[in-house]
Amino acid sequence: MADDRDRRSALDDLEQRIRAARGPDKTGRGPDDDAPARGAGMGLGMRISVELVVTVAVGAGIGYMLDAWLGTAPWLMIVFLFLGGAAGVSNVYRVVQGLDDSVGLGRAIEAKRRRDAAGTPGTGTAPNDKGDEGPDRG
Amino acid sequence: MADPVKQFQIEPIVPLDLGIVDLSFTNSSLAMAFAVGLSAALFYAGTRRLSLVPGRMQSLAEMMYEFVANMIRDNVGKEGMRYFPFILTLFLFVFFGNLLGMVPGNFTFTSHIVVTGALALFIFVAVTIIGFIRHGIGYLRMFFPHGAPIATAPILIPIEIISYLSRPFSLSVRLFANMTVGHIMLKVLAGFVVSLGLLGGIVPLAAVVGITVLEFFIAALQAYVFVILTCIYLNDAIHMH
Repeated sequence: MADDRDRRSALDDLEQRIRAARGPDKTGRGPDDDAPARGAGMGLGMRISVELVVTVAVGAGIGYMLDAWLGTAPWLMIVFLFLGGAAGVSNVYRVVQGLDDSVGLGRAIEAKRRRDAAGTPGTGTAPNDKGDEGPDRG
Repeated sequence: MADPVKQFQIEPIVPLDLGIVDLSFTNSSLAMAFAVGLSAALFYAGTRRLSLVPGRMQSLAEMMYEFVANMIRDNVGKEGMRYFPFILTLFLFVFFGNLLGMVPGNFTFTSHIVVTGALALFIFVAVTIIGFIRHGIGYLRMFFPHGAPIATAPILIPIEIISYLSRPFSLSVRLFANMTVGHIMLKVLAGFVVSLGLLGGIVPLAAVVGITVLEFFIAALQAYVFVILTCIYLNDAIHMH
């Protein structure tokens, strides 16, 4: 046990020395961070394209099933096709704005606003208009 | 030229037809067994001789462990660590499935939407159940944006429900499409190398080399995306913002 503790303290010491050698610039991103960023961009693009297609398909599918159930073909399918399109756009919007992939756009926007307000005072906007969010996001 | 989609053909290795269901051990099952075996072997080898200063295998296993643990801590928080074993298993399964698919001749089981769909549906159902257990009927509140005018409910609620229901589809289609497209592209371009001969084949050969590297990258990236989206969905269910 004592031996282990010795080694542990030696390790702590080593860690401190490494940190000192690395210097204060630990959070700074080097130029070699480019590749992961590009990868993230590709992942983002993939997510957006899939999101747009899938929500329309799911919307149309729900409409089709409701039609088959209620015998209202083709009206519900048409309505849900457009609703699916709207869901796709709102999903893309929340992915791009970094609002996670959460359901509940208003809730996510509010959470982000709270985070922003807590992080950088002054950028938080007055939470009175929920409808149009577009331009005032930093 | 070789058929570019022949690589996705399911072939039974040990036929076992039970009348109602076909339980044959196929090449897909074999690839899954490889993936499971490799991840188990990695952690067995990594934890066999534990030392404070990790050896090669141990640091590899620790890297995997910490990568997933940090992902959960960042995206879900402390409560998410309860689901750590599942998420680590999921990550290793998809990750090794994608990577083993890059071994020539090996089957890529993540290129089948049945596999990815089953994984995604399981996640979707599990996350929904977790949400209802933690929040009760209040979980349904997430379908209506807080603070929106009540008049917009007839439009907003279907939209939110559609975007909730589209999760398993987008999760599974993304992984499946990436793997399938990549492998078909490799096969088609490799076919060009053969048919263009010695002189003209150099251009597609260069493309194949580049795309192979890209495919390795995508294999890792898609496993990561699959798991991080699981974390995000889990976070939604646990915290509801």
